[in-house]
Amino acid sequence: MSDNITNILVVGIGGQGVMTATEILAEAAIALGHDVKKTEVAGMAQRGGVVSSHLRFGPKVLSPQIMPGTADLLVAFESAEGMRWCHMLKPGGLVLMNTARLVPPVVDIGLYDYPDDPLAEIKARGFQLHAFDALAIALELGDVRLGNTVMLGAMADHLPFPPGVLLEAVLKRFRARKPQMVELNQKAFEAGRAADAAAAHKEGATA
Amino acid sequence: MAAVMPAPAASRLLLSGNEAVARAVWESGCKVAAAYPGTPSTEMLEVLSTYPDIYTEWSVNEKVSLEVAIGAAFAGSRSFCCMKHVGMNVASDALMTLTLTGVIGGLVIAIADDVGLSSSQNEQDSRYWGRFAHVPVFEPSDSQEAYAMTKIAFDFSEQHQVPVLLRMTTRINHVKGLVTIGERIPHVNAEGFKKDPARWVMTPAGAGKRIPLMFERDLTLRAEAENSPLNIVDNGTDKRVGFVASGPAYMHVRESFPAAPVLKLGFSCPVPVDKIRAFAATVDRLVIVEEVEPLVEMELKAAAIDCLGKEILPRQGELAPNVLKPAIARLLGEPVPENIAAPAKVFPRPPTMCVACPHLGVYYTLAQIKNITISGDIGCYTLGAGHPWNALDTTISMGASMGIALGLDKGRGEADKDKRILAVIGDSTFLHMGMQGLLDMVYNGGNVTVLLLDNRAVGMTGGQSNPGTGRDIHGQEAPRVDFARLVESLGVKRERIHVVDPYVLPTLFKTIREEIKIPEVSVIITNQPCVLIDDYKKQKPYEVLDDKCTGCGNCVEVGCPAIHVTRREKAVKPSGKEVELQFVRIETSVCTGCSLCVQPCAPDAIVHADLTKPMRLVKH
Repeated sequence: MSDNITNILVVGIGGQGVMTATEILAEAAIALGHDVKKTEVAGMAQRGGVVSSHLRFGPKVLSPQIMPGTADLLVAFESAEGMRWCHMLKPGGLVLMNTARLVPPVVDIGLYDYPDDPLAEIKARGFQLHAFDALAIALELGDVRLGNTVMLGAMADHLPFPPGVLLEAVLKRFRARKPQMVELNQKAFEAGRAADAAAAHKEGATA
Repeated sequence: MAAVMPAPAASRLLLSGNEAVARAVWESGCKVAAAYPGTPSTEMLEVLSTYPDIYTEWSVNEKVSLEVAIGAAFAGSRSFCCMKHVGMNVASDALMTLTLTGVIGGLVIAIADDVGLSSSQNEQDSRYWGRFAHVPVFEPSDSQEAYAMTKIAFDFSEQHQVPVLLRMTTRINHVKGLVTIGERIPHVNAEGFKKDPARWVMTPAGAGKRIPLMFERDLTLRAEAENSPLNIVDNGTDKRVGFVASGPAYMHVRESFPAAPVLKLGFSCPVPVDKIRAFAATVDRLVIVEEVEPLVEMELKAAAIDCLGKEILPRQGELAPNVLKPAIARLLGEPVPENIAAPAKVFPRPPTMCVACPHLGVYYTLAQIKNITISGDIGCYTLGAGHPWNALDTTISMGASMGIALGLDKGRGEADKDKRILAVIGDSTFLHMGMQGLLDMVYNGGNVTVLLLDNRAVGMTGGQSNPGTGRDIHGQEAPRVDFARLVESLGVKRERIHVVDPYVLPTLFKTIREEIKIPEVSVIITNQPCVLIDDYKKQKPYEVLDDKCTGCGNCVEVGCPAIHVTRREKAVKPSGKEVELQFVRIETSVCTGCSLCVQPCAPDAIVHADLTKPMRLVKH
């Protein structure tokens, strides 16, 4: 949090909801009176490409881009993407990672290999890692689309504001668009928080 | 996006540059807005189309969109048009004479430069058009400025009867920031179009009289730039380096060097040379930070102002803090900021075609045909150049597949004398600029087989409508082009026109094979919709029977992202040749049952999934 600016980088693949998650995070920061800038490098990401969404908030944000080595938090919706972007974190920074492995066609047809153990690679660089299977949690709650809210829940205890502010931003969105989904999303949010806490505990036990 | 339109004045909203411009255009009382979709500009018109009391249209190309805006401005109304950088290449024919007539109603043209090439075939600097056409250029640095400058641009355009270019970049168009919005102020156009052939009819004699007026206007514009509140100085305390910066680069400079003096160029063309000269005198060294070309820098050097620019900064890509800080440290002889750890080596994840995309069948088929050269075009189907198909050999610009195919045919060398030439083009690109090329090909006796991939959408930019979709910008019914009749009326023989279903591989293969043998122009039109639009109807999904899959890999050649190789094995064929077997599974949860992978599967190992059983996920 240099210069009172918080830098959060959310990464994944086109279609996973990376941009929406960052948007909700931005709404939470705005609700607290922060200045906010949010930028994506998405390109043609609708077609299964890499998406990285930068969120910066604080008293006054100038450049919208997070520079390598300065992110306070990296949220990865996919394992290899967590590995791809971890150099963006400040030294010793925290990665929240969905353990899903989404294999692109270039790997399927044998041109490249999927890394054997992205988690180990991230830890070897000295970063903290909280990893959990967001998709399994979402399926357990009955809807794969809840994965996004699970990821938001996992972030809740790593922000410079109380978890309730982010939860409110999530629920506000569903109240307006899909009121029947409010309760389920609240559960998904709490499940994400719990998964993060459990992952943190596990890391603490093995460190 | 929908939240922007009904928002009351004085709301503070998180808006992208595109959304901010749209709001400002509407508030400015603009009556007519037109565009052709193009990343990163598309959302400006998409958002505008949700506002009331403004006419919006998807035009067939950028030139037409500008002409529509010109007509409205001649009629005395405020008008707007927007495009990506390459769009202005197309529209420039109109721009270069528009500068002579000028306008009555305010006309603002927003151009989105794709600095960093997130989704474009080149990286060009649209600020050149300001110099070329003698029109002013405004450069916002974030969403709030994009909003404010758009409103100022309308007033300025009307005051000086000149179109104003708003130069944006991807890092403005697609960045969200907080914007305080205002109210719509209706624009009064009581007088309407006034007949004035000396001004509106640009014959050589008429134009000749307008050119001196344009030069006179240049002087006025320069004086305006010198005094514009859009060009402001941030007085810094560290005078060792002063910066002149515009667009997103201004924010990067402020971020990187908080104590440095900065002259922010918001009104950057004509360059306020005197203002910069005065600023230069207050600092030890002057560095010009402008993204892409050294336009301001060259003009300052021509005016004998000592400055640095592209000697120390790259000419390509964004000028973000990680580029600026080391460059300035080197200039000052300071230790260069330590290199941050290099990124981990991870496979690339290029964009892919969608699961069940109708283009998959086309490229799977083209990849099987030998001795052909394929001239490609701009759209999702440009991805056909990639793996596993490698079935597209050229891409240059919108509609270019036609002319280039004809040139490949007419210019063939000895080695290519038996080569068959094909061209691949989408419906929207064909209507944008491909029709003329096809007409040329027919008229001049070309030997080319054209694949017109009609998926009823501008797919790459998000499925916008065009004259081939039967819907207008609001999704309302509109006249729909009949492609078969259109190409026939351009002169393609009726028996050389085929409409085929790209999901039926044998027919597609046979049709292409037969047509490439015939030495004249053929057009094969595919007729299945983009899977991302409402017209697409999902079918029952498939799965792979593990015990039946022989690992032949035929289905992998389709290139569908739902097919995953789960196991590889080396095997020796009866002929003694070693082959690699690829055993596959289908991600049934995303499969929409197009059947393209089923057709080349010899052992019938791909069957409809039993949806009563729990769905199996491939990679978990």
